[in-house]
Amino acid sequence: MTTVSMTVNGKQVSADVAPNTLLVQFIRENLRLTGTHVGCDTSQCGACTVHVDGDSVKSCTMLAVQADGADVTTIEGLAQNGELHPMQAAFKENHGLQCGFCTPGMIMSAVDLVKRNPNPSEETIRTELEGNICRCTGYHNIVKSVKAASENMGG
Amino acid sequence: MSVENGIGASVRRKEDQRFITGNGHYLDDINRVGQAYGYFLRSPHAFAKISNIDLTAAKAAPGVVDIFTGADMVADGVGGLICGWGITSKDGSPHNAPPHNSLAVDAVRHVGDQVAFVIADTLQQAKDAAELIEVDYEVLTPVTNISKALAPGAPQIHEEAPGNLCYDWELGDKAAVDAAFANAAHVSKIDLVNNRLSPNPMEPRAALGEYDAGSEELTLHTTSQNPHVARLIMSAFLGIAPENKLRVIAPDVGGGFGSKIFVYAEETTTIWAARKINRPVKWTSDRSEAFLTDAHGRDHVSHAELAMDNDGKILAFRVSTQANMGAYLSTFASAVPTYLYGTLLSGQYKIPSIYVEVQAGFTNTTAVDAYRGAGRPEATYVVERMMDTAARDLSMDPTEFRLKNFIQPDAYPYETPVIMTYDSGDYPLAMNLAKEMIDYDGFAARKAQSEANGKIRGIGTAAYIEACGIAPSAAVGSLGAGVGLWESAEVRFNPTGSVTVFTGSHSHGQGHETTFAQIIADKLGVPIESVEVVHGDTSKVPFGMGTYGSRSLAVGGSAIVKAVDKIVEKSKKIAAHLMEASVEDIEHEHGVFSVAGTDKQMTMGEIAFAAYVPHNYPADLEPGMAENAFYDPLNFTFPAGTHIAEVEIDPATGIVDIVDWAAADDFGNIINPMIVEGQVHGGVAQGIGQALLEGVVYDDDSGQLITGSYMDYCMPRADDLPSFRITTTNTPCPSNPLGVKGCGEAGAIAAPAALMNAIVNALGKDIDMPATPEKVWRAINSN
Repeated sequence: MTTVSMTVNGKQVSADVAPNTLLVQFIRENLRLTGTHVGCDTSQCGACTVHVDGDSVKSCTMLAVQADGADVTTIEGLAQNGELHPMQAAFKENHGLQCGFCTPGMIMSAVDLVKRNPNPSEETIRTELEGNICRCTGYHNIVKSVKAASENMGG
Repeated sequence: MSVENGIGASVRRKEDQRFITGNGHYLDDINRVGQAYGYFLRSPHAFAKISNIDLTAAKAAPGVVDIFTGADMVADGVGGLICGWGITSKDGSPHNAPPHNSLAVDAVRHVGDQVAFVIADTLQQAKDAAELIEVDYEVLTPVTNISKALAPGAPQIHEEAPGNLCYDWELGDKAAVDAAFANAAHVSKIDLVNNRLSPNPMEPRAALGEYDAGSEELTLHTTSQNPHVARLIMSAFLGIAPENKLRVIAPDVGGGFGSKIFVYAEETTTIWAARKINRPVKWTSDRSEAFLTDAHGRDHVSHAELAMDNDGKILAFRVSTQANMGAYLSTFASAVPTYLYGTLLSGQYKIPSIYVEVQAGFTNTTAVDAYRGAGRPEATYVVERMMDTAARDLSMDPTEFRLKNFIQPDAYPYETPVIMTYDSGDYPLAMNLAKEMIDYDGFAARKAQSEANGKIRGIGTAAYIEACGIAPSAAVGSLGAGVGLWESAEVRFNPTGSVTVFTGSHSHGQGHETTFAQIIADKLGVPIESVEVVHGDTSKVPFGMGTYGSRSLAVGGSAIVKAVDKIVEKSKKIAAHLMEASVEDIEHEHGVFSVAGTDKQMTMGEIAFAAYVPHNYPADLEPGMAENAFYDPLNFTFPAGTHIAEVEIDPATGIVDIVDWAAADDFGNIINPMIVEGQVHGGVAQGIGQALLEGVVYDDDSGQLITGSYMDYCMPRADDLPSFRITTTNTPCPSNPLGVKGCGEAGAIAAPAALMNAIVNALGKDIDMPATPEKVWRAINSN
């Protein structure tokens, strides 16, 4: 067992984990933050996307020990003081989700996307979201949501 | 008077708040104190006999609670998995449904077949122990291709199905069709493969089984589209527990697309094992297991012929199809290539006679069952590829050929030669609208422009029809269904005026919590935030047949309307009593009850309160305000429309770029346009996936699944798809009180044919799905 400590959604957390524990397992099983989902086993679907030190990361592709000392944000930490993040609000407003399973990862990726591309074109949004699979929406309304959020985020 | 958030409003979804904040409760998010973890040892072989399973070392491994094999379940009297729809072959014999044990007993018949269930304190321990199980296999030669499986001399997969035949079914008037072909001026022919797909809802299947030794109750949390049906089958056929001792809960479910209708081996084994070890057991599929075991879709091989007269009028249509059932007959598998397929072969066309024959057979592959559209995409693909081929043979524009042969808007009810009675529609309207949207007439100029740029442009149309709102119980019963297909609802007012709606439908992305609440808001004037929709729990909902076949609104919504009608009827009596008028004089609109010709009125909330605090109340009336209703539809519903795809192909790479997509769909009345559009987007995306990207591939010799992960099975990504332009036409459905038709499957039904017709139009030659860049490039570069 190895001790890992990190900040998750602004809170200091620490636990003893097996060295092969994935960050997503640590988040879901140790912290019981179940908004971060697992949809595949080949790092393709992106349902597990979180932010590590501000960058989007597929948390199934990182060991918990690699995140030792990091500042991690999950979907549960995105809204501030009960106010939805503009990306969350845009997904709701534009029907950017159906079953909701890919949504947390999609939103976390999209937030990072807009951070790096403040005024993204449709093409940029589609290319940037290539690492997140949604089976319900056909991406049409996801693209619309991200575009709308980018405008509201001051892009 | 329209009501805020009522019928017709694009109300933002109530359920979204929990999903966008990470507060949904999907199956794997649920845990129980002391739960153990289950892991399935699966067959590495496509076809093998099992002579021995040695568990000694595995049982002694750290953390192992117990390990079960097929013999244990048989000894415990657990029955095999069943198929709930009996198909009768041409010769009058019932279909062959070989035994299907949850855990293999003496043979495995596809890669991934369940061999043993290992339960340990942690998942890692269960996986490690599984590696210590020693199974003696006698490996046999497998067959995965349906045509090869049905050919003489193929490996025999089940003793009970000679020649691997499940059934040899027919529908229609063969003699009339043959006669029409004999006298036809033109005959067009086409051979088609409808590629096998893996449904891939983003949430993998999972199960959490619990046993309460005190009450002897079993509770199964499961990723199901129809928890009551799962309970019924597990009780009546598998003998897991009586229905009153078995609670099935399907919480937030992350997509289904058909694949979560079925009663699977894993969920069955998990709940059975929970009682055996008297401890909660959780099993969560990983994606690799999902590819190996979630029921696949499609996998048809078809030959079709169309007979026409000199003017291009259709005289007759005949189709011969081979359908791959996989290794075992899944829950509704038999119905998909028959009554959900053959019955739709008239499409939108007036065709005097039709004959279809379908041979379904077994192979050493994952079971095939309903996947978004289920039979109807296969039918539309045959019909619409056929129409384009015929138009090409006659040198006619494909849309003109279709318009010439459409059933006309004044022809309803229209009885097809394949036992459907279409109730309403306006096919020319939708087609002309779609043509206008995509500027069909401007295509030639755009094609010339593409050509100037070194690209090949194509345009393709699909005019689809589907039978939804599944289904009138008497009708499906006469065709072999083992269940009725009604739906139930309860509308329960709370004393303070809020409402809880219990529905037997199940939402796994469709937005029922919003759409159904809109019906209540509209009809009873209750603010939408005061309406709670409850589904997916057999101990809360009276009963339910679940969600598939675009039935939730047409059948489940109609059940809610029936319950609302009873609420209104009772409320009128209370209102009459309290306002000292006769019941006949009480008028009702959107939850306001008034006395005709006066300004006296009461709200639904006031009446509900009076019903629960009945101090001043009609003497002959029961207190309380809760009504339930069961609704059995009178007919299927028939959504229909036209999708037109325009593509540009780069001959250097073979990459197909979808440059435009226009759709005009007739879904009848629409409750929430935003949700309906979203359903079409998603359906079209899955259809495009089938046409361009997706395809389950098995190695012919070994029977190994080659496309077993997202590295190998090409799922549509954001940058594979265009934005869509869609609109709706509306001819209300006459057979249900909401006038709705269903929209969930339309896109997946229309899209493959539209897109493939566009690609064939561009290439000038036939090509099968998926039209991958390699396949397209080869088509361009071959003679």
